[in-house]
Amino acid sequence: MKAYIQGTGCVSPQDSSVFPATIREYEGSRMLVADPDYRQWIDVKQIRRMGRVIKMGVAASHISLQDAGVAMPDAIIMGTAYGCLADTGVFLNKLVTQKEDMLTPTAFIQSTHNTVGGQIALLLGCHAYNNTFVHGAFSVEHALLDSLMFLGEDPSRKVLTGAVDEITDYSHTILSRFGLYKHTKNTGLLQSRTTGTIAGEGSAFFVLGAEKDAQSKAELTAVEMLYKPASAEEVRTHLEAFLKRHGDVDLLITGRNGDVKDDAVYGTIEDALFPQHPVAAFKHLCGEYPTASAFAIWLGTLALQNREMPAAAMFKGASPANLKKILIWNHQHTTHHSFILLTAC
Amino acid sequence: MSGNVWIAGGGVICGIGDNLAACLEAFEKMQPGMGTMQHLHSVHAPTFPVAEVKADNTTLAARAGMPEHWSRTALLSMIAAREAWDSTGLQALSKYRAGLVSANTVGGMDKTEGFMEAFLENNTKGRLRDVVHHECGSVTELVADALGIRHHVSTISTACSSAANALMYGARMIRNGLLDVVIAGGTDSLTRFTLNGFNTLMILDQQPCRPFDDTRTGLNLGEGAGYVVLVSDEAAKDIQPWCRLSGFANANDAYHQTASSPEGIGNYKAMKGALDMSGLQPADIGYINLHGTGTQNNDSSEGLAIERLFAPVFPPMSSTKSFTGHTLGASGGIEAVFAAYGLKEGIIYPNARFTTQMKEVPFAPAVAFSRGNAFRHVMSNSFGFGGNCSSLVFSK
Amino acid sequence: MEDLKEQIIRQLNLQEVKPEDIGNDQPLFKEGLGLDSIDALELIVLLQQYHNVRIANPEDGPNIFYSIRTMAEYITAQQNKTA
Repeated sequence: MKAYIQGTGCVSPQDSSVFPATIREYEGSRMLVADPDYRQWIDVKQIRRMGRVIKMGVAASHISLQDAGVAMPDAIIMGTAYGCLADTGVFLNKLVTQKEDMLTPTAFIQSTHNTVGGQIALLLGCHAYNNTFVHGAFSVEHALLDSLMFLGEDPSRKVLTGAVDEITDYSHTILSRFGLYKHTKNTGLLQSRTTGTIAGEGSAFFVLGAEKDAQSKAELTAVEMLYKPASAEEVRTHLEAFLKRHGDVDLLITGRNGDVKDDAVYGTIEDALFPQHPVAAFKHLCGEYPTASAFAIWLGTLALQNREMPAAAMFKGASPANLKKILIWNHQHTTHHSFILLTAC
Repeated sequence: MSGNVWIAGGGVICGIGDNLAACLEAFEKMQPGMGTMQHLHSVHAPTFPVAEVKADNTTLAARAGMPEHWSRTALLSMIAAREAWDSTGLQALSKYRAGLVSANTVGGMDKTEGFMEAFLENNTKGRLRDVVHHECGSVTELVADALGIRHHVSTISTACSSAANALMYGARMIRNGLLDVVIAGGTDSLTRFTLNGFNTLMILDQQPCRPFDDTRTGLNLGEGAGYVVLVSDEAAKDIQPWCRLSGFANANDAYHQTASSPEGIGNYKAMKGALDMSGLQPADIGYINLHGTGTQNNDSSEGLAIERLFAPVFPPMSSTKSFTGHTLGASGGIEAVFAAYGLKEGIIYPNARFTTQMKEVPFAPAVAFSRGNAFRHVMSNSFGFGGNCSSLVFSK
Repeated sequence: MEDLKEQIIRQLNLQEVKPEDIGNDQPLFKEGLGLDSIDALELIVLLQQYHNVRIANPEDGPNIFYSIRTMAEYITAQQNKTA
């Protein structure tokens, strides 16, 4: 099972219109999306109820469809770990403070996890297959796997797939209490050698097709997940087998997030399996969030089109001259590992 | 993509019983599960009847073998998923490439609500253990870990159609040769969040609900979990499966964020798509387990879509939500268990409290429980917010 | 009626709509301001919150919420009833 990426769209803490020439710098414990003017894609009458997360998802999906030249996808398959946190928070707040009285429906109906996928369908008038995966740090990967199966079942189809997650004040405060974040500069995040990372958010969407054509930007060659490996050794064995099946890669993109506890496993296995490979990273650009691997796919596709990984994303060594094959290896809390292989067209 | 997907067994816990046998008995004795809420604490308790699982968290935790401070949604899920697996006669789970595909709509919200009361007063307060499993996926993982499933674990949330999509995804994983067995379905416990949410939409009935009845005025919420065990041809060899999942389709209504299109475009497309995949004609369907929430809008859209697809001959049909209430993310799983087991036993489930045929459609739901009916195919519908519509067809 | 317009704009987050853009007799729903069934539910709570007026039956909504004038008349009539 493989597919071709025919279009991409991304709304992230980076300004896509100037990235990677200009990198946005942040200092703090969260990196918020550089909000574009969403009215470019969404009618002002329809935008009024939409929370940020919906706007991000709708915008990124529209950009990817435009990029692919696809007006109507044959499926909308997306992932989100947290769903619509802002509206969930609004409704919960009122529920508690107003003691279940005088509540209004808007925040509730916007809070369901399939709101983004439903809104994309509604705005497109798209009656096709529509699915939302909400499985934490595997949400993107399940959406991709479903997309690959969907294309395998009928190769003439075009699938709109992607992910979105947002940070809210509530979620950031609560997740901070778990000790996940630190106050730092994103540009030095990966070299910080302390615990904690920076929270991030964003949306990236892709149009996938089974057939390679002039539009194709990169091949999505494989997607695999490894859930709760017993040890780093199991991760290594899994990766070794993966590389044996799919061949060596030119570049590794890791999900390093600047937290020494999380990053250790990347270092250990890199030394063993990728001693000579250049290594890129992305969480200093988009922050840490469960569906951040969608940003990495967007970055990887951009790099494969240009045959070069932007210097701002390089962590170790320099980008290969004629970049053709990238492995994205991301993990969350060492329990959720994902391996996504991209190949140049 | 090839091969059949078999239903090897199923398990359910809901407002009418804490296992499948108890639920069947409730249907047979015409004992719906609605009443005044005992376990959920809400100011609306005197106003809105709900179909609660008749056990507190301490009891459920003991049955599930899980800590009682975990979300009720996880406890319900574990109980039904284990019943499903134990009903199959398959070998140990570890012998297979196994998956858990579970649906829910609000994750560990029942615990988050309590957390928020303290947190909103002072954001350094509230016990973190009450929000650590807030995410939908986290609830699934608690159950996967307890069952020992690591090969594939995923969570789907498409509002009230969630669990039907979990069955579809699981079935496609099997047909694509990625897994041998999948426990697929959904779970949701009652929460103040959803109760108040549905109340803002003014679609909660203050009486026991009356689906597909002209006098209907809304839905009752319920809670529970329901899972089937999907297996490949190879894994089905050594057991006596209930039936096959022969067709399924997911379509989007693309009409309004919460309301169904008056003519049920998405509903029609889902049912038609599922029939087409199974290679059947409408007349082949022997029973429809309706989505049938009891709201004006759903039942008339679903009814009109059924009329368009099935006219002039309508199979027996009923909404088991007239017994279980609307269990949201669990409903597609619970109803898949009822439909699939019902096919094996030739059961037509009754629609409780039915009095008056809907003006919009030329048919009425079945009102009596019967067993031993000779049909070969049944359909189960699940439709939700966001326009998400899914239908499943089970065949002998 | 001007207060009512401002309340509606705020409650429904009608971006880029100013109170003077809403005619007293202009239909609020569909072809008029483009409101829908969810907005009607929001307006029911608005009447309760700001005017202490309850609408028990949502089916009365379309008549009461036809325009700013019909809403204002309904509020006045209900308040007089209870006064």
